[in-house]
This record gives sequence, structure tokens and C-alpha cells, in this order.
Amino acid sequence: MLTEIGINHYLVLSALIFSLGILCMATKRNAIGILIGVELVLNSANINLVAFSKYQTGAADGHVFAVFVILLAAAEAAIAIAIFMNFYTSLRTIDVDRGDELKN
Amino acid sequence: MDALAFYIFAALALSSAVGVVVSKNIVRTAICLLGTLGGVACLYFLLDANFLAAVQLIVYAGGTLILIVFGVMLTSQSPWVVFSPTRGQVVAACFVALLMATGLITLFISTDWPTGPAAPLTASPKVADVGTVLLTQYLAPFEVASVLLLVVMIGAAYLARSEKQ
Repeated sequence: MLTEIGINHYLVLSALIFSLGILCMATKRNAIGILIGVELVLNSANINLVAFSKYQTGAADGHVFAVFVILLAAAEAAIAIAIFMNFYTSLRTIDVDRGDELKN
Repeated sequence: MDALAFYIFAALALSSAVGVVVSKNIVRTAICLLGTLGGVACLYFLLDANFLAAVQLIVYAGGTLILIVFGVMLTSQSPWVVFSPTRGQVVAACFVALLMATGLITLFISTDWPTGPAAPLTASPKVADVGTVLLTQYLAPFEVASVLLLVVMIGAAYLARSEKQ
């Protein structure tokens, strides 16, 4: 069980990283901290894709999906940071709790 | 040997992820994210995904993380800007995360996978297989992704420019 690494080891690791990413998104008030939580969640999904490719299918599909996920993560980070820059220039902070101008 | 390597890299990735969550300083959070990305890249090497490990290190650790660090530097007057959540928020978030972790782990362990839990396939895809599949079966998503990158490049440059008319 402990010396033989199977798919369950990778799945449990990715579940833990996913939960930590959710926790990071929920507890950080810095907008960039939330973005980092999203990156953790995407990484955990990637571990699952590659582990299934290795242990279940043996095909390259999982690797291709993981490459697309990495690409989308980079694109998302670029756009998110551009939005945070606008947020910062208009509010002088990146505390997400201050961005409540649409409230009421 | 493989088991030892797995545990070392998994511990690196997991402890860095914990560091990401608990550190109050956003710069330290970004550095901890580097540890997680590196640990996951090493796990890709263990899973025979050499191309993906290289992409992870170049694009994620080299590109996205640098972008995040630039964002941190540009949006904080001093690097030690701290906003803390309230205690109630932390308790609720921990409850939800714990619920998700236990649910997912019980689901994964109780599921009966077709090839059994500990039977790695002998033939794992090579880099050439990934390239062939990417340019034949997944050609359309590949092209859409390149258009997406162009749109993101223009959009990010438009959004981030200073608004001085």
C-alpha cells in the first residue's frame, strides 16, 4: 500500500491541493491571492489528467488536455492581472472587499 | 525508489500549498506557489509526462509566476500589505474545504477503477505522440487556443494601459 504507488495516491494528493486552493480563494482578501488559489485548483486538475493518462488510458489525450489547461491558466492570469491594475488605479487598493460599488 | 520520490515531491507540493494558504504576506504566497508548481512538475516527470513537466516549468513557473510577482509589485506600495479575513470567514472556509477534501478522497478510494488501483500501464505516451495528437485529433482546439492567446494579448494590453485621455 505504501511502497507501491498507484493512481489513488495521485488522486488523494490532487484532492488535497484542490481543497487548499478552495481555502486560499475563500480566505484571501488580496485579489492576487485569490488568483493564486485558482492556480492551485488548476494544478490539481492537471495532476488528475496526467495520472489517468498514465494509469488508465495510456493515450496522449490527458497530456494534451493538461497543456490546454496550462495555456488557459496563463491567459487567465494575464487578463486577471490587467483587471487588478485597473482596480488598483481606481480604488488605490486590491482588497476585494472594497470593490463594492455595484452594491445596492 | 519511485515511491520515495513520489512522497518527497508530494510533500514538497503539499507543504508549499499549505504555505500558500497560511502565509499572510502576498510575496511569500507567490514564492510558496513556486514550490507547489515545482513539486507538481517533478510529479509529471514521475508520471512519464516529460513534455508536460517542461511546459509546467517554462510557462507556469517561468511565465505565469513572474506575471503574478509583477502584479504584486505594481499593486502594493510596500510588499507587506496585509488584509486579514474575519474569524467567521476563516471557520466557514475551513469547514467547506474540509468537507470537499473528505468527500473527494472517500469518493476516489471507494471507486473501483477499470485497471485496478496500482497497475501502471507499460506503454505511456511519448513526446512525439503528444505532438501527433495535438496536430491531428486536436487541431481545431489548438488553432482556437492560438486565437485565444492573440485576443488575450490585445485585451490585456488594452485593459492595463493607463487611462489618461
